[in-house]
Amino acid sequence: MTTPGGAAARADTGAAERRQRDLEAWAGSVPDPELPVITLAELGVLRRVHERSPHGPVEVELTPTYTGCPAVESMATDIERVLREHGVPEVAVRVVLAPPWSTDDISDEGRRKLAAHGIAPPRGGRAVPGAGEAHGPVPLTLAIRCPNCGSTETSLISRFSSTACKALRRCESCREPFDHFKEV
Amino acid sequence: MTGSEGLSARSAAALSDPLLPLADDSLVLSHRLGEWAGHAPVLEEELALANIALDLLGQARALYAELGEEDELAFLREERAFRNCQLAEQPGGDFAHTMVRQLYFSAWQELLYAQLAELGQPLAAKAVKESEYHRDHAEHWTLRLGDGTEESHARAQRAADSLWRFTGELFEPIAGPGPVGEVDWDALRTGWTERITRTFERATLTVPESPQEGAWKAGAGRQGIHTEPFGRMLAEMQHLHRSHPGASW
Repeated sequence: MTTPGGAAARADTGAAERRQRDLEAWAGSVPDPELPVITLAELGVLRRVHERSPHGPVEVELTPTYTGCPAVESMATDIERVLREHGVPEVAVRVVLAPPWSTDDISDEGRRKLAAHGIAPPRGGRAVPGAGEAHGPVPLTLAIRCPNCGSTETSLISRFSSTACKALRRCESCREPFDHFKEV
Repeated sequence: MTGSEGLSARSAAALSDPLLPLADDSLVLSHRLGEWAGHAPVLEEELALANIALDLLGQARALYAELGEEDELAFLREERAFRNCQLAEQPGGDFAHTMVRQLYFSAWQELLYAQLAELGQPLAAKAVKESEYHRDHAEHWTLRLGDGTEESHARAQRAADSLWRFTGELFEPIAGPGPVGEVDWDALRTGWTERITRTFERATLTVPESPQEGAWKAGAGRQGIHTEPFGRMLAEMQHLHRSHPGASW
């Protein structure tokens, strides 16, 4: 038997869930400042969105891709702006380090967008810390596909590129250089 | 004079925290690497050194923010209040010198962070992957230079020899509460020595047999005793903040 009070409580729960989904969607829709083709949700750096009281202050937890990633500050500013535009009275963005971000946190949609934008997405599978311990450095193999022509004949130009999260490669087929989102 | 006169009470309390030496290592080496901007032999290395510097700066900032007020800790301490190892403060020298310094440091930091990650230190769990990448990069260059031309080999060997006396300090235990106090420093030394020996063998370099410490007792940097070039590095690093307190852009 359903009491009127129970129905109201369920309606409240439904509203709260919708509100939570909305808040997450708004915060997650912010484009990455350095790779604006993907959103923070797709990059997987948004850890938690928490409303302290109904339509009250909101706390957001954000994790950096690399410890020194300079984009974190502008991500925080953008999240705050977007939530305020949706009527959130107070926003506090906190940077959390644990558990560490991994390229496995990038969504399939995020990978597709990176590739469409000319950035080879990270290969699947978590990099194993200490891999190659026994045999020295692990050379990056040629399994990385050129985002321009699709060739797998690509080679490493530089292990570091325009941002901390990317390496620079060259396609041996079409000769175009391209960025590769390196696996961590 | 303790070199910490300008600090707030919270930042001053950080001076005895066992995480401070690790933060200082990262900040100081980050600055040293930044000195290569505009001087690296090729553009790719310019990016690489700046990227490594950025990772290290991020590590330092995360730790400082946990310990006290980060600008105060970076810019308002005198030489004697810095706890970094002397290896980190050594000037860049030539490219081989910078790469061997990086190899010695990153191989150590990777092993240290791996232990700290196991002990539940949150920054280490994140940064160990960065250290591994830095060490890998430095290893590549050590192999290229050591097993390269007569000139590059001579320079790499000279760097290996001259920086050797700063490596003993890396294994002096840092005492204090928390994960750093639980590190197994002997295991760290063993792992590091194996790693360096293996890399040098492949690079046709000789592992130095000279002492791993100088005339001073190893561990001096951890007590605030630094080598002569460090004061000048700090003067350059802190000049802007001290001349224009609170400046921003």
